[in-house]
Formats: sequence, C-alpha cells, structure tokens
Amino acid sequence: MTAILSELSGRAAIAGHRPWPRHVVDAATWIAVARALGEGEADLLSLWADEDHVHLALRSAALPTPLVVSVGVKNGTYPCVGGHHPAALRLERAIRDLYGIEPAQLPDARPWLDHGAWGLRAPLGARAPSAIRDPADYAFLPVHGEGLHEIPVGPVHAGIIEPGHFRFTANGEIVVRLEERLGYVHKGVDGLLGGTDLERAGRLVARISGDSTVAYGFAFARAVEAALDIAVPPRAAVLRGVMAELERIANHLGDIGAICNDAAFALNHAHCGILRERVLAACGRAFGHRLMMDRVVPGGVAEDLTVETARAILDVLDEIMPWFADVVRVYDGTPSLQDRTCGTGILSPALAARWAAGGFVGRASGRAFDARRDLAYPPYDDAAPDVPLYRAGDVDARVWVRIREVEASAQLLRRWLKALPDGPIRVMLPAPAGAPEGIAVVEGFRGDVLVWLRLAPDGRIARCHARDPSWLHWPLLEAAIDGNIVADFPLCNKSFNCSYSGHDL
Amino acid sequence: MRTLLFRSLLSPLATTAAPPPGDAALEELGRSLAARARRVYGRSLAIREVDAGSCNGCELEIHAINNPVYDVERFGIRFVASPRHADVLLVTGPVTRNMKVALERTYAATPDPKWVVAVGDCGCGCGVFEGSYAVIGAVDKVIPVDLHIRGCPPTPTALLEGLIALVDKASAGSRR
Repeated sequence: MTAILSELSGRAAIAGHRPWPRHVVDAATWIAVARALGEGEADLLSLWADEDHVHLALRSAALPTPLVVSVGVKNGTYPCVGGHHPAALRLERAIRDLYGIEPAQLPDARPWLDHGAWGLRAPLGARAPSAIRDPADYAFLPVHGEGLHEIPVGPVHAGIIEPGHFRFTANGEIVVRLEERLGYVHKGVDGLLGGTDLERAGRLVARISGDSTVAYGFAFARAVEAALDIAVPPRAAVLRGVMAELERIANHLGDIGAICNDAAFALNHAHCGILRERVLAACGRAFGHRLMMDRVVPGGVAEDLTVETARAILDVLDEIMPWFADVVRVYDGTPSLQDRTCGTGILSPALAARWAAGGFVGRASGRAFDARRDLAYPPYDDAAPDVPLYRAGDVDARVWVRIREVEASAQLLRRWLKALPDGPIRVMLPAPAGAPEGIAVVEGFRGDVLVWLRLAPDGRIARCHARDPSWLHWPLLEAAIDGNIVADFPLCNKSFNCSYSGHDL
Repeated sequence: MRTLLFRSLLSPLATTAAPPPGDAALEELGRSLAARARRVYGRSLAIREVDAGSCNGCELEIHAINNPVYDVERFGIRFVASPRHADVLLVTGPVTRNMKVALERTYAATPDPKWVVAVGDCGCGCGVFEGSYAVIGAVDKVIPVDLHIRGCPPTPTALLEGLIALVDKASAGSRR
C-alpha cells in the first residue's frame, strides 16, 4: 500500500460523516490519491461534486473501511483524477457538464451528458443560458486505417431497449473500435434531489434505474439511516433482503433468456420469460408492486409479508428452481449456443480490476467483490451468499455467474422466508443533528450501487449522489467488443446489460 | 433438452386468458380516432417502441407482454425493429431534452396513418421528473398522442387492455 492511503486513514475524519470516514485534503494529497488509484492501490467507488468540493470514494483491501476524500474547488477548478486513473474520466466529464467545475488537465475536453439541448450550461452551477446545439455535433475519436468503415447505431435502437449511440469502426466484420455516446436519458436527477423531502427523494431515487429499483431504494435508505445514525428493526432488514434477492433473480432470469435469444436460441428465452413472470407475479401479490418500487424506505420497509404471502414466494421457488435447472442443462448441453457465448466478448481480469468492475461483469473476470459479503450490511451480515467467481471473462462466464447467483439467491430466500423475525417493519426517523452525511453501498443485480447524501438541518436532502455500477461497466464494454464480429455485439451488450438511465441520471 | 420438451408436454397452458379491451382506452380512442382515415389492417398492428427518457421500468413490462404468459402476438400485435415498418409508436418518457430530436425523427420516419401510445406516468404526464431542466415532459408535448396507458410502470395486463382496444378500433373501419 502506498504511503498516502495509510497516512490518510490515520488522520482525523470530518465529524458527522457515517459510517466511513471522510477527509478533506489539499490538492497535493488529492493528486497522490489519484495516482494511487491509477497504480491499482485502491478501487474507485465514485467521484462527485458538491457545491465547493469534489468527493472521491475509494476502497482498498489494505484499509479497514472505504474512505471518502474531498478536495476544495478553487477558482472553479480542481486537479483531475482521470488523467491518472481513466476509470474516472466520464464521471469527471459529467461533473464539468453539470456543475461547470473544471477538472484541471482532464485528458478529454468533450462534453458527456450535455448534448447542447438544455438551453443552459452548468445547470447545477452557474446556470448560464446557452444556445441549443445540433445533437449530432460531437467529435468521436478519429480512427485511421485502410479499409475501415463506420457503423453508427442509435440513439433509437431496434429492440425494446434504452437509447444510446454506438459508433462502431469495423474492418470487414471485425470491430476495431466501439465508442459509446450516452446521456440521452439524462433527466436531471441530481438537480431534482437537492432541497426535496425524503419521501419525494426516495421516489426519485427508486426511478433512477427501474430494473434496480429495490437496490436503489435500499442504498438510499441505508445512506439516510447512516446520516441519522439509526438502525432498522430485524424484520425490516430481512424483508429488504427478500426484495433485493427477488429483484436479482427476476433480472438474471430475464437476461439469461435474452442472451440465449440473441444467440438465436429462443427456447430458453421462452422458458426464462415464464420463470421471470412467476417471480414478478409473486412479488406483485406479496408486496403490491411487481417491481417492488417504493417498498424499501428510510427507516424500514413500507410493506409487510404475511404468513401466506411468504409461503407463496417459497412455493414459487419450489416451482421455478427445478424448471430453471432444466433450462441450465439445455444451456450447458447445446454446442450451437455455447459456440456463440464461449470466447465472445472477453473482458480481461486486468481491466476488470483496474475499473473496479462490480457485479457479474467483475465476477466473470476474476474480481472477487460482492458488497453483500465484502461490505456486509444487514441482513447479509449474518447470511453472506456464496459468491461465484469465474475468470474467462467471456459472455459464457457472465452467464454462469448469473446462473450461480440465481441459485444462491434462492437459498438465501428459503432461509429467510422460513424464519422471518417478528417485530416492527419501520421506525420513525429522528430530526437530523446539524447537517449529517451518509454513504451506503448495496449490491444490486448489476453490481454495487452507491448513494451518498447530506441532509439539511430541516431534514431535507441538501445533496444526494447516486452512482450506478454501469458508470464503470460501460467503458469496459468498449474493450470487450474489440476484435469481435459486429453481429456478436448484441450478445456482448446483453451479457453486460448496462443501465442507460442509471448512468445518464 | 428432452426434459424441457417433456415438461412442456405435461404443463398446462402458460398463456393467460385475454383481458377485454380497457374501457378507458376505448373511450379515449373513440374520441381520438373518430376523425381519422382508417386503413385495412386485418386486425394487425406493428409497433415500434421508443424509450424517450424512461427509467427502464416501463420497458421491463413492455418486454413482459411479449413473453409466453401475455403473448401479445396472439392479438395481431407485434414489435418491429424500424419505425418505417410501424403503425404505432409506443413511447415511454418523460421525454428528455436530449431525446427530443430523436423522437421527432422517429415519428417523421413512421408512415401515415400512424398512432402514438404514451406509456407510463412519465410518458403520460411527467411523473417524478416534473420540474427538471433536462426534461420536456409528457410525450404529447412533442408529438400527438392517441392513447395514454398510465401506471408506474403499467402492468402487462394494463398494457394489453390498451393495445387490444387500439387494435379493435383501428380495424373497426375495415370490418364494415
């Protein structure tokens, strides 16, 4: 471990930031931290702006807990991290677009979320009026070489998917570069969250990425509870776990089927569609909402299970798990399907580690991190799941991680639902003392979701930042498609299944 | 493979019974389509889905109506890859400023006569994103809308009710 990280962890932290320490540092220390990240000494968890500071959350196996490091913004600028650690690049381009804060010496001068359509520059900073630009006015990186051609795709795609633009450069059928352009579904979530009450803020955060609504609600609630320094009752914690694992199973089932479908194997897609539907229908009956939106709230959960609805979820597991095992046998035993998934879209373990890729993307490329185990929180602190680990880094490995996670989640659910703790499901929130800050990392189906927030003394949100795992996955998709054929892109893309909305905010 | 096929032989029908066309949808369509030229569709509609800013929750349920349980194709409704092949644009929102041009171009690329269905509380209103610098809001602020299917997200059944009403109304002229 470099000296800077051990030295930092020895310093006194800012009061009122929980549960992990936050340190305000000078520019030189900040740059040293950025270098340490670039040298692989620590994982970047997130990077975000907040009035006159920029914060960076990191985690290192050598430190007892993650850390938040903050640097002051002077004359509208701060030393960039992306120049030392490329995983920070897009986060810093977003900071520049939204706040007008300049990451000094950032290697990429192009806007990211700002497509010139807002009529405003720096909407969360100076809010200067700005002329509307042509949305196509964007400088993609130049590609030189004989026989190369470009394939522009999107923002409107051919399937039922979110919008984004992919610029492929191909040599014949082989992709030599993919460059993404995102930000089309930017809804201004950061701006809407500032100054809102907790109830409305919770509803907003639950809609940052609909497929991960439980994970977002869970992370937001935990960040609020950290700021207020309260714990939720055991029954509420377990019910949160139940919802989070149901969400994971439903998404994995849908995506495993969809990946098979993209490899022209519709049979598994049809079966997975029915399996997913069984889970969502059970969620709808048990929690009153098929996706369980707004069911995890600060202080606990908004919906309780009865003996009957808990039993009904167990019955659905009993129905779908043997059925799913049949689907897995077909996946494992169909060479024409494996021919498409094995060796396709390889993400190297080195890149996965450098970008601190979470979720199945990281765990299929040898990065053994799962927030449920490695940053354990209730109810996982005494029920850590088995964390599958594969190293091949291809589409097949990502499918297998997800298959194993469905099985592990079903195990957790059975254990919890057979012995739900009694007691209340929600506690009243106390008024904040001062302007406390809270941070939480929750393992969604896609990877770790981070929420950081500061409360105002009146209990409203002063600033709230949410980082989707896709921020760190999207750039890796560009690397994974390299050298594959254009026709395998849907397969690679689906095997990553990054969130557009979660990234664009 | 054999076990799955055997399972299929022994299983009851996975598909749910068809819901009736939604009353609210029929009423809204009665108004919006009354003055419109009707084409012979033979009870068939091709739909192009456009996410103009959604959180992807609506997309999950739109996916669900294509699964074997809801099987929207049995009503003559199928999803197509290009707006040029589409009779209907199914649009989720809120329409972001960054997606406005793409939505307008998709609408322009769809041949007449065409219908637009706004899906979800955000597509029909603005949902929780009301008041942001980055969103325009409801779909009908950008392109004309014939039918609204509300919900956050609407359930697959609500989507089916609306789309069945649309296919009934759209083909009503041809059956006379």
